Amino acid sequence: MTVRQFKVWRGDSAGGQLVNYDVDVNEGEVVLDVIHRLQATQEPDLACRWNCKAGKCGSCSMEIDGMPRLACMTRMSTFEENASVTITPLRTFPVIRDLVTDVTFNYVKARETPAFAPPKDVAPGDYRMQQVDVDRSQEFRKCIECFLCQNTCHVVRDHEENKTAFSGPRFFIRAAELDMHPLDARSDRKEYAQKEQGLGYCNITKCCTEVCPEHIKITDNAIIPMKERVVDRRYDPLVRLGRKILRRDQLEQEAVAVTTLHQAHPTPQPDGAAPINWHRELAPPMGADVDDKGHLPLNELLSDRVGANSPFGDDVEFPVDPTKLNYYHPEQKH
Amino acid sequence: MVENIEKHQYDVVVIGAGGAGLRAAIEARLAGKKTAIISKSLFGKAHTVMAEGGAAAAMGNVNSNDNWMVHFRDTMRGGKFLNNFRMAELHAKEAPDRIWELETYGALFDRTKDGKISQRNFGGHEYPRLAHVGDRTGLELIRTLQQKIVSLQQEDKKEFGDYEARIRVFAETTITELLLDDSDGTARVAGAFGYYRETGGFVLFEAPAIVLATGGVGKSYKVTSNSWEYTGDGHALALRTGATLINMEFLQFHPTGMVWPPSVKGILVTESVRGDGGILKNSDGKRFMFDYVPDVFRKQYAETPEEADRWYTDPDNNRRPPELLPRDEVARAINSEVKAGRGTKAGGVYLDIASRLPAASILKKLPSMYHQFKELADVDITKEPMEVGPTCHYVMGGVEVDPDTQATRVAGLYAAGEVSGGMHGSNRLGGNSLSDLLVFGKRAGEFAAAYEGELTKRPAVKTADLEAAVETALAPLQRAGGENPYTLHHELQQVMGDLVGIIRRQGELQESLGRLAELRERVSKVGATGGRKYNPGWHLALDLRNMLLVSECTAKAALEREESRGGHTREDFPKMDPKWRQVNLVCSASPAGEVDLVHQPVPTMRPELLDLFEKSELAKYMTEEELA
Ligand SMILES: Cc1cc2nc3c(=O)[nH]c(=O)nc-3n(C[C@H](O)[C@H](O)[C@H](O)COP(=O)(O)OP(=O)(O)OC[C@H]3O[C@@H](n4cnc5c(N)ncnc54)[C@H](O)[C@@H]3O)c2cc1C
Ligand code: SF4
Ligand code: SF4
Ligand code: FES
Repeated sequence: MTVRQFKVWRGDSAGGQLVNYDVDVNEGEVVLDVIHRLQATQEPDLACRWNCKAGKCGSCSMEIDGMPRLACMTRMSTFEENASVTITPLRTFPVIRDLVTDVTFNYVKARETPAFAPPKDVAPGDYRMQQVDVDRSQEFRKCIECFLCQNTCHVVRDHEENKTAFSGPRFFIRAAELDMHPLDARSDRKEYAQKEQGLGYCNITKCCTEVCPEHIKITDNAIIPMKERVVDRRYDPLVRLGRKILRRDQLEQEAVAVTTLHQAHPTPQPDGAAPINWHRELAPPMGADVDDKGHLPLNELLSDRVGANSPFGDDVEFPVDPTKLNYYHPEQKH
Repeated sequence: MVENIEKHQYDVVVIGAGGAGLRAAIEARLAGKKTAIISKSLFGKAHTVMAEGGAAAAMGNVNSNDNWMVHFRDTMRGGKFLNNFRMAELHAKEAPDRIWELETYGALFDRTKDGKISQRNFGGHEYPRLAHVGDRTGLELIRTLQQKIVSLQQEDKKEFGDYEARIRVFAETTITELLLDDSDGTARVAGAFGYYRETGGFVLFEAPAIVLATGGVGKSYKVTSNSWEYTGDGHALALRTGATLINMEFLQFHPTGMVWPPSVKGILVTESVRGDGGILKNSDGKRFMFDYVPDVFRKQYAETPEEADRWYTDPDNNRRPPELLPRDEVARAINSEVKAGRGTKAGGVYLDIASRLPAASILKKLPSMYHQFKELADVDITKEPMEVGPTCHYVMGGVEVDPDTQATRVAGLYAAGEVSGGMHGSNRLGGNSLSDLLVFGKRAGEFAAAYEGELTKRPAVKTADLEAAVETALAPLQRAGGENPYTLHHELQQVMGDLVGIIRRQGELQESLGRLAELRERVSKVGATGGRKYNPGWHLALDLRNMLLVSECTAKAALEREESRGGHTREDFPKMDPKWRQVNLVCSASPAGEVDLVHQPVPTMRPELLDLFEKSELAKYMTEEELA
């Protein structure tokens, strides 16, 4: 048994500081054992979450020497013999007390993610799936919801303002899981991830994958495949042409019904009127950016353009590009 | 009253967010009831996540000979015929539907070649029967139910504009008291009182129907695979409202759980370590199992280490090593060695496989054991022996319920899951718990909702009861100089582990009752420092009285039952006694908190169910009069 030095963050939403403790450490212990000893012998009211003490429930997430980790899976033998160990709460979520943070954000995002849609005409007991087909989704279902990935992702770590628009890696793998589920009846999981979950904010830094205690390949196996198809549909050069005034973040976030020029020929119209191409898909107008409450910016300083927002959508530029219209413009070449 | 108490009104309140609680809540919500789910930890973290092996259901996907009758038979045998036969019957019949239903909620079980749910073998089950997802079946179960609840909330959002219109989760909220209304002569449930862990603020749920799904009691033991939540809250809440507990003497212990290092304390070491050559040694380095072969087994077990070692390669011409004696014999031997002072410092013995097999074969035969210990404890089982001892794992006993409706003796109070008793008799088969949660969780939700629907008048909470509940909850904080809850908890665990552990003796059990009475005195003066905000010391101080009450039931029932059966082993009564098979021990609590114990006959099985067994098999369990 040795006595080791710990710095533990004590405090609450009003503030706090690192407090030094000397605690007995036995061979083979993990950080959570030390916290328990601290509670039993020195600080009975030290707040900390835990349940299983076996890396299965994802309750004991905290930052140990600045690294987001599970306390029950962090062995004391991984630290230098005489170095002190610093334990702090997760940084991305508001502190409740000591090592306990308010992780409501994650439950809000979970509730917004559309649930599994059972196939309509398959009775319970008649579900048939091959192991190879469920393997991919099963990887993501290993998630223990420790929220370490959520805590690590730079999009929301220190960026409170992104939290509304961004669901985070945990919920990207949920979307991917359902997208790859052999019997899920919805087909818009990717588009949804892009449009509603803020997949576009992710720039594939892979930090989330690095901290995942379940070793889920969050970026390689979920995020990148989810982005790929959406990107395919989007980087149609003609589309970009028509939408050059869009801001970057809008471009990245928007995904549905991207316009593509169809091969179909324009339908001739009677009385010598210009033929109309009914097969053309229209680009949906982009609304102006609104705030949390769904309101437009109150003054021009906050708005990204001068003057009022266009009733046709801010991405419509006048004069309208004739090739983008749903009638056959005489000048149109094809 | 100065305290500001937040109030909520619900039709059905479910206490517990494990498999049983979530399934009950889903059913109540589907019946159109306004439902609340309450849980001590965060949503999705309940103990159910720890279950590994699988969920037993006779779907017959792997072996088509399997059906509910075979499953029923296995369950009754496992429980040594003390099970409530009707629960075992319902469980066997309904489990497959409950599992299939999970697929419609989005569960992804491992598959067979023809695309069905795969099923694996498990001790005590005649056919491969456990639906599973690798070794994380419990996680799949809880996540699936959690996501089903989210999907119901999304439906409500569409309909009412509010996710929480009809089902709401109160996470990190602990219920400390159930409140009754007895104004019309019968005691009816009227509400549940508790505190938010986060703020320490009090909350009252007014509800005419309450489902207990709080899980087990393992935290009363020093070495346990259970988490901090397992303080027997549901058991104690039921007792205090006038409901009863049955079978409390039956606890499932595993003979070889890790006792050291602390990071893996309570984690189970599979029996196959011994089957593959692992031997047990005491602190003197002696292979002691040869001293513990009972006479009845003499013929089958080796007498010398040489002979025992030959068995692994030549089982036909040699007798088995004594390490492979039945579980309770192994546990008894370990227990005796430790009590005789030949145990390790942590109170276990050595399980040595490192010196018996080359590292490469250990790795090949026990890959997951190897990785678990390497990762969690930095113990290399190919190099050093493990330190093991009996570990508390599951409580068979629980709240006495009606087998069909899960109703307790108190009107409006229901119980399901590990907190309820009867289904598993004296011993639970692996995998029968997860299916139990689903089958009886659903039934509890269904009948709680039906009960609420039939009521003409909502029961009302009495102000005096509410005030008393507040006072009890605040008491430890007002005794800042009182005894340290952690110390008391440690002593309780010591008493239960040493005196009411896996092997029991009359003298020790009597002593335990004395010690528990002393502890009761001290627990009533427990103190907590600090404030009300997320204060684990205070929380533990409040949980202590539950653990104590439930421990007293276990100790009393263990002293009373003079036989050995399933999860109850008496050294002084080592045999199973058919007379005791007819008896359930039922505990209740007086208003002053005294435990009262009575004998009650075990329900008699219906003839067509009896016919599923051979007469010769029944003769092992039943008295001659019963068989005639
Ligand atoms: C290591 C391990 C492995 C296992 N493997 C298997 C297996 O392979 N197969 C199998 O069938 N079984 C297995 N079991 C057993 C099985 O996991 C449990 O019996 C089962 O999960 C219990 O479920 P439950 O719904 O009754 O309660 P739990 O899942 O334990 O949930 C209890 C809930 O009640 C809440 N609660 C408790 N007290 C209060 C209170 N006062 N106020 C508010 N809320 C409260 C808790 O917060 C929690 O949400 C295993 C158990 C362990 C420990
Ligand atoms: S890869 Fe994407 S989701 Fe993961 S941490 Fe980086 S930005 Fe966040
Ligand atoms: S994906 Fe990994 S890191 Fe993220 S919550 Fe799940 S288990 Fe934790
Ligand atoms: S306590 Fe469950 S993951 Fe650490």
